[in-house]
Amino acid sequence: MSPTPSALELRNLSVAYREAPVLQGVSWRAPQSGLTAIVGPNGAGKSTLLKAALELVPRLSGEVRFFGQELRQARRRIGYLPQRASVDWDFPATVLQVASMGRYPRVGWFLPLPRAERERARAALAEVGMADFAGRQIGQLSGGQQQRVFLARALALEADLYLMDEPFAGVDAATERAIIDVLHRLGRDGRAVIAVHHDLATAPQYFEHVCLLNREVVAAGPMEAVFTPENLSRTYGGRLSMLDEAALRPSSPLRQPLRAVP
Amino acid sequence: MEALLQALTFSGGYNARVVALGCAAFGLAAGALGCFVLLRGRALIADAAAHATLPGLCLAFILAATLGWNPRSLPLLMGGAAATAALGVLAVGALARGGRLRDDAAMALVISIGFGTGVALLSVVQSLPVGGQAGLSSFILGQAAGMSAADALLILWLAVAALLAVAVLFRPLAVLCFDADFAASVGLPVRWLDLALLGLMLAVTVAGLRAVGLILVVALMVVPAATARLATERLSVMVPLAGLLGAVSAWMGAGLSAAAPALPTGATIALVACALFLLALLFAPARGVVAFALRQRRLRREAA
Repeated sequence: MSPTPSALELRNLSVAYREAPVLQGVSWRAPQSGLTAIVGPNGAGKSTLLKAALELVPRLSGEVRFFGQELRQARRRIGYLPQRASVDWDFPATVLQVASMGRYPRVGWFLPLPRAERERARAALAEVGMADFAGRQIGQLSGGQQQRVFLARALALEADLYLMDEPFAGVDAATERAIIDVLHRLGRDGRAVIAVHHDLATAPQYFEHVCLLNREVVAAGPMEAVFTPENLSRTYGGRLSMLDEAALRPSSPLRQPLRAVP
Repeated sequence: MEALLQALTFSGGYNARVVALGCAAFGLAAGALGCFVLLRGRALIADAAAHATLPGLCLAFILAATLGWNPRSLPLLMGGAAATAALGVLAVGALARGGRLRDDAAMALVISIGFGTGVALLSVVQSLPVGGQAGLSSFILGQAAGMSAADALLILWLAVAALLAVAVLFRPLAVLCFDADFAASVGLPVRWLDLALLGLMLAVTVAGLRAVGLILVVALMVVPAATARLATERLSVMVPLAGLLGAVSAWMGAGLSAAAPALPTGATIALVACALFLLALLFAPARGVVAFALRQRRLRREAA
């Protein structure tokens, strides 16, 4: 075991739905902290990688370690942010109740939440700018607000590693800004964030590390070293649009102005 | 009318009181559990399970008749019903696994096989040289009248046990129903919780067979929960409210059918539950038809 175990280490991970293999022999050591993007085309197995690591879908083979430990021992240190579209937002619950779900794993499932714990859920909502919506029914939220509530629930877990499935999917610019601020705060605090990310233009600004995935790991490491046009075209099999490629050029106007992100 | 009042005011003697209480307890458990059944998308599985009780009822009757036991013993019949209902639920899971068959097709298949086998076995039961066959048909449409106090007490205790389990598992079940992947990611035993939900559903279904009947027992799990959902946005209100609606429906329905013995109890209970649903559909504060129309009119006037 290395002295600083990686937040997430996959060894030869394979997953198949019915016949078709989705992930084949994926081996990858994520950094111990900081922000990492998982980037790849549709059907590359990005979401599946997160789910298989968390044992939400069965693995064909392979081993997974979180901070050098089995999932069972490391569970308290892991926070999962599922895709927003994966749940029924008409569920009868308030914003605060959803955020509070992030506290129950620590205090137990069978007693009412103590006041201090509820305040922690409230603080998580405040961090994503949703404090004023605490009593609101979740069905009345916009897509961006729903995503913030999901993020607040994850924050309430106070995890050391966050696995996020498309945290920026279908949200407006203000929400994207709010989410990336939270992710950078987590990074500064020494937490690890591994996020499935679709937007090639923003990936280099938002994330320090990248794992290029297309059923297997094409390349992984620090963003500057790995996020190259050659690696991307290997990942996407030449299916990148002109716009995407323009965004990747170092001098691209799509890229420069946003560089100021902390 | 007098019989109805008697039934509703628990003044029809000890036996009638116990039967009314047993029915109400079943309604309470069915309504409360129904919220989770509905939110987990299990309403049709509940119906499949209910229809799959019929072969079990018949097999238990045949077994008892063959061995010389009392073929009308309720615990025995409930046991048989629960066994084939559990088989039916497992069959739905196996048929739908890996996308082999769509969920709704798998459930329709289990309903067809379960109910078809049951009706065929009923004709075997009719040919047996023992009495009491007529009792079995009351499990199809429900008949609270003529239920013994011992039977009603058995139903009562089963319902109370199911209610306690729902109360204890309230929060894990709520998180499971809202977001199963998140629940699993924080270490909740999702598979066991789902099994517990199915087990409770089977227990409540079997408890309701005698009074409500297998065709309409699903109504008491679905209708009060749907009614309560119209009236509130809080799960912590929805579950007790659905329980209360279920209890009132079962108690009033049982009273009505006691007053008009030609009416099967299952039908009267389901109709009372549906009447309450209709009221909520029209007059619920936020989601009701009237509130919606008023809101639309106000918005139009403001826009004009």
